[in-house]
Amino acid sequence: MDNKDSKNVWIYAEQREGRLSSVTHELLGAGRKLADDLGQKLTAVLLGNGMRPAADELIAFGADQVFYLDSPLFDKFQDEPYAEALTRLAQEHKPAIFLAGATAIGRSFIPRVAAQLKTGMTADCTSLEIDPDKKLLLGTRPAYGGNIMATIVCPERRPQMATVRHKVMKPLARDDSRQGEVIEKTIGENELTLRARVVNIVKEMEDTCNITEADIIVAGGRGVGNRENFRMVHDLAAAIGGAVGASRAVVDAGWVPYSHQVGQTGKTVCPKIYFALGVSGAIQHLAGMQSSDIIIAINNNPDADIFKVATYGIVGDIHEVVPEMVKCFKNGA
Amino acid sequence: MNIIVLIKQVVATTNVKINHDTGTLIRDGVESIMNPFDEYAIEEGLRIKEKLGGKVTVITMGPPMSKEIIRKAIGMGADEGYLITDKQIAGSDTWATAYTLAQVLKKIGDYQLIITGKQAVDGDTAQVGPEVAACLDLPIISWVRKIEEISETAIRAERLMEDGYDVVESPLPALISVVKEINEPRLESLKGKMKAKKYEPIVWGVGDMPDFDTAQVGLQGSPTRVVKTFTPAREYNGERIEGNAAQAAAVLSQKIKALNIIK
Ligand SMILES: Cc1cc2nc3c(=O)[nH]c(=O)nc-3n(C[C@H](O)[C@H](O)[C@H](O)COP(=O)(O)OP(=O)(O)OC[C@H]3O[C@@H](n4cnc5c(N)ncnc54)[C@H](O)[C@@H]3O)c2cc1C
Ligand SMILES: Nc1ncnc2c1ncn2[C@@H]1O[C@H](COP(=O)(O)O)[C@@H](O)[C@H]1O
Repeated sequence: MDNKDSKNVWIYAEQREGRLSSVTHELLGAGRKLADDLGQKLTAVLLGNGMRPAADELIAFGADQVFYLDSPLFDKFQDEPYAEALTRLAQEHKPAIFLAGATAIGRSFIPRVAAQLKTGMTADCTSLEIDPDKKLLLGTRPAYGGNIMATIVCPERRPQMATVRHKVMKPLARDDSRQGEVIEKTIGENELTLRARVVNIVKEMEDTCNITEADIIVAGGRGVGNRENFRMVHDLAAAIGGAVGASRAVVDAGWVPYSHQVGQTGKTVCPKIYFALGVSGAIQHLAGMQSSDIIIAINNNPDADIFKVATYGIVGDIHEVVPEMVKCFKNGA
Repeated sequence: MNIIVLIKQVVATTNVKINHDTGTLIRDGVESIMNPFDEYAIEEGLRIKEKLGGKVTVITMGPPMSKEIIRKAIGMGADEGYLITDKQIAGSDTWATAYTLAQVLKKIGDYQLIITGKQAVDGDTAQVGPEVAACLDLPIISWVRKIEEISETAIRAERLMEDGYDVVESPLPALISVVKEINEPRLESLKGKMKAKKYEPIVWGVGDMPDFDTAQVGLQGSPTRVVKTFTPAREYNGERIEGNAAQAAAVLSQKIKALNIIK
């Protein structure tokens, strides 16, 4: 699509099993600001099965308009019907900007939408702005494992598409008095293509403990020493109500499953507090956690790179400090 | 079963050095490697071939020196490799790359499964796989951590999600992208290395594809442009907490509690 007549900022309102994902609220916060800068509308697109009430929530969090598409096909995340529905809607209404979360879902099917629309797409943005002169979307993102930041534009084709990193954008406060329009559409089972279908959804909460959504992460590195000692990371996480993260060295050693790995080849996280216990701070690890609000590093090597990004640092032996921390939080936290 | 694996040569990120005046990557003397995720993709292709028979073909789009990673793939056990190289495709973004790879795949034609890595560790976009699937109108299973079952005509695989995994079934042909958890890539065998040394990849330029639209590719044809690169500003305003273990832990936990984040 080219840029004639395209208008408005769209966000894809991600849901999983009928619940809006937290990134959806963040996208509404970010999208609201872009729409206001352009003097245009903010539209949320929700694909769901019996999720009409959630459309009102999208308005309360900042949308002026919601397209709610209802279909049994949207019950679970399936790339083809999701992409086809969004592509058709975008072809019909011609948004100028289209944002989605840089989640497992968003990063899987939003590029498909971009390719179907033959437009450009910027992955995993950590900052979004409108160029004041050209009115183009400036999407800034880390590349080369966070060594470089790049600002990317899509000058001619529309929509300008981007996925946005979790927990970086701030949601607006809920305001149920906000007014907006909900446009509903029902789509039948046979109206969209479905070849790759989800036959089962398996939660691995115990193992996986969704670190991308956690406000607090306690991560352990090779400095923890061995699998038995890794217990200490779980203990601190339990004492303060956090999720367990790990460096690749720990995952490769088999002390915890891959789903806990933070970094370039693991998960990108952005919690309010990130504890790095015996983690050296290799660039590939930093790539996955350096946008955390507060970083706390405990390491016995005063020159460890992790201290360069730490808000608070303790030079010391984790085997001594961490049990003390656990005590502090157990006693009257 | 004909399996195609898309592979890319990248700068080894452990060695990334930045020119702080220009904010760009210093490429001179920097080691280039096969994108680590693509090794998992090749390994999975080889395992399927060992089970079902057939052929593993690798394709890479890049400068002539990308032949090195094709040779590595051959050394691991791949049967054939294509290098797509042309001045006109230099500077392509993810969409233009996907368009080009899709044209190549259309010409090759006879395949049941395309495997890509989850992402390339240079751009970290993870977009090329889904975009190739879109250009060829193929079903996709992203983030595959395990193939539960595969035949000549269908696949069932586990897709890694943030909070667990989804089991997805698809008819073939299809495209899958794989994560690190899926396998442990083999090393090149001695015999493989000998074969690889002598192996000459098939080299194609845009002229080798019918109906190739050069207006879609290269720096000019790409929908996106990089307008600025810079080194991330890190705030080195960290505070060091002193004292013995008990004292430091007490001070730190006070500071944390004062943030009112812990419930
Ligand atoms: C392509 C590629 C992708 C990668 N992707 C990732 C990724 O996604 N995530 C990731 O984490 N890594 C990744 N890596 C690996 C990365 O380069 C590092 O090797 C890894 O992060 C190191 O893990 P670590 O900090 O736990 O171990 P180490 O580097 O061994 O550090 C251990 C630290 O513990 C400290 N220590 C030791 N004993 C104690 C003690 N008793 N008390 C306190 N401190 C102690 C040491 O001083 C040291 O700083 C990747 C590498 C490559 C090449
Ligand atoms: N130039 C290329 N040639 C062949 N395959 C590629 C190329 N770029 C990306 N890929 C494939 O697409 C995957 C995702 O790459 P990216 O979208 O660049 O992060 C990689 O793991 C490769 O399998």
